[in-house]
Amino acid sequence: MSANTSTTAFEIHDMTVAYHRRPVLWDIDFTIPEGKLVGIVGPNGAGKTTLIKATLGLVPLASGKVEIYGKSYHEQRHLVGYVPQRESVDWDFPVTVRDVVLMGTYGRLGWFRRPGRAERKIADRCLEQVEMTALANRQIRQLSGGQQQRVFLARALAQDAQVYFLDEPFSGVDAATEAAIVKLLQTLRASGKTVLIVHHDIQTVRDYFDYVVLLNMRLIACGPVDTTFTNENLQKTYGGRLTILDEAAEAMRQREPNR
Amino acid sequence: MTELPILLGLALSHKVMFGTALLGSMAGIVGSFAVLRGRSLVGDMLAHSALPGIGLAFLILGSRSMLGLSVGALASGLLAIGAVTVIARWTRTKEDAAIGIVLSTFFGAGVVLLSIVQKPGIAGNKAGLDSYLFGEPGNMLTGDLVILSGVGAAVLLVVALLFKEFKLVCFDIDFAQSQGWPTLMLDLLMMASLAVVTIVGLPIVGVILMAAMIILPAATARFWTNRLHLMLLLAAGFGLAAGPLGTYFGKGLPAGASIVLAGASFFVISVLLAPQRGVLAQVLAEYQLRKRMTREHLLRSLYELSESNLPELTKLSLKSVRDYRHWVSLEKLLEQEVEKGTILRDAEHVQLTPLGLRRASELTKAHRLWEMYLVQFANIAPDHVDRDADAIEHLLPEALLLELEQKLADEGRLPYLVAEVPLSPHDLGSGTQDSQR
Repeated sequence: MSANTSTTAFEIHDMTVAYHRRPVLWDIDFTIPEGKLVGIVGPNGAGKTTLIKATLGLVPLASGKVEIYGKSYHEQRHLVGYVPQRESVDWDFPVTVRDVVLMGTYGRLGWFRRPGRAERKIADRCLEQVEMTALANRQIRQLSGGQQQRVFLARALAQDAQVYFLDEPFSGVDAATEAAIVKLLQTLRASGKTVLIVHHDIQTVRDYFDYVVLLNMRLIACGPVDTTFTNENLQKTYGGRLTILDEAAEAMRQREPNR
Repeated sequence: MTELPILLGLALSHKVMFGTALLGSMAGIVGSFAVLRGRSLVGDMLAHSALPGIGLAFLILGSRSMLGLSVGALASGLLAIGAVTVIARWTRTKEDAAIGIVLSTFFGAGVVLLSIVQKPGIAGNKAGLDSYLFGEPGNMLTGDLVILSGVGAAVLLVVALLFKEFKLVCFDIDFAQSQGWPTLMLDLLMMASLAVVTIVGLPIVGVILMAAMIILPAATARFWTNRLHLMLLLAAGFGLAAGPLGTYFGKGLPAGASIVLAGASFFVISVLLAPQRGVLAQVLAEYQLRKRMTREHLLRSLYELSESNLPELTKLSLKSVRDYRHWVSLEKLLEQEVEKGTILRDAEHVQLTPLGLRRASELTKAHRLWEMYLVQFANIAPDHVDRDADAIEHLLPEALLLELEQKLADEGRLPYLVAEVPLSPHDLGSGTQDSQR
């Protein structure tokens, strides 16, 4: 699907975001081609989540603009899927797993219309993709962390988007879920979707992503993992916080032939 | 005595029943959204701070028209909410403190204003003005009932139309916003219906107790269901029942207070008796789990003690069992197992029956599979495993156990012997040899 003459799926121009007049993101500027798995990597407080929230219009921009397939986010909202951090909602809310996944279809349904049989079918298909069919009628409180994350993913799948934003989908999930998410991401990529993922674990960046956005309040680097995820760029991103150990691990990794 | 007052009384009490039931069900519905949105206190805030508005409106209008006073109440309630927002944002006062300050200031101002209004120099029919403090359903006029019904119909319509939107905003407002819903508008609409219901309820239940009408039915309903639409229906039902019940049993007592007490009794009953979430259900479940766990510990211990001689069933000395691990009441436990036919015992010895052996090996297998899973997959030090396994294995569904077994087998990590009952990955401490891994 993605030839070398790749189209641009997502673009940020000169984005600056400020909380209470204190800038958290400065002059962010990058482009992401279609069909890539993109890791957004940086230390705590680097503004990774803010970057996503500002993109989705959840946090106001001080300046700059966001484009999805060449048009403003406002016009292209229907092409966007979102997986917020798991902790951002109350998991004791009185809804079932299927109810939550159905919420992904609300955007298309529009005002007043209730989800019907067609939407339930979509929801069930998405639940199948994350291997949660058996739990469709469970109350969400009874789910483990990994299962909660899968429900959120299924909800995003139900949005049937072109560009997905995932906020730390790997945090606090079991190994099986992590593997399932990675598999799902690859399926999405294979069908030409673009996925941007806030990610914490530097060790797995090379294994999971094609593209990387290195962030620490400003953009350090953005590009293919092979050329961009270098020790030098990591040093710039993490500054003194990247310990000797991390460096050693990274050096070992780079010496290893293609893994 | 004669028929006339009785008839009049009936008519009035019907009116009161109808009015309080209507108010209760509306409060249940809007209260459910408020509680789920984490805004339970907004109702309280609005109600208390409505009082000065009521006093002022009376001073201006010179009469006790429900509509006029309600407008005054709403205005001062909204002003108070605005004040909280401003104080919380622009000073170093936290929101809960700001609510406390504003709420009591407004309420104090309201009490002062009302006492001024009550002075003989002020003109107007003051009858029933008091009812705004503690509530007096008996003062309800037919016109008030019409207003109540109108508000009720409007609230029902809004909730019926926007059920999906309200649900989304309450559960995940960021996600709603990312889909392009006007979340601020929806949020305000939810708050507005809460405000309107609160205000029309003031003369019936009173400014002090109105918050309870908002919160109680919703919180009670939450105990009985895990579906939002059922929660709304139940909350409406609890609210509906609390009104008439309170007025009926509370004859001669302050009506607003008895309505709230009726609502509170539903809540207490639910806390105790609701399935799953109720205290009783939880205590029972905990007791059963414990009972099962101690039983499984016994069978597993007997298995481990007899393991070296299998398939021969060993006669174990009671002392060796007693020393094997800590028991709370071993005698009783053994007695129960004898009854179940899983063990045989005499004064000094105990032995698994073939049935007991089968149960015990199933349990041991599940236990060890889990231990192995933790060791293999979760990088937990082997000597820490046992404790975790004990706690979690009882909660594992069979499907997962099978999956674990399969997973281990697929990777060739399920040793030959393990296919029946896997050897423990850590030393049992009683001298059995280590598994080879």
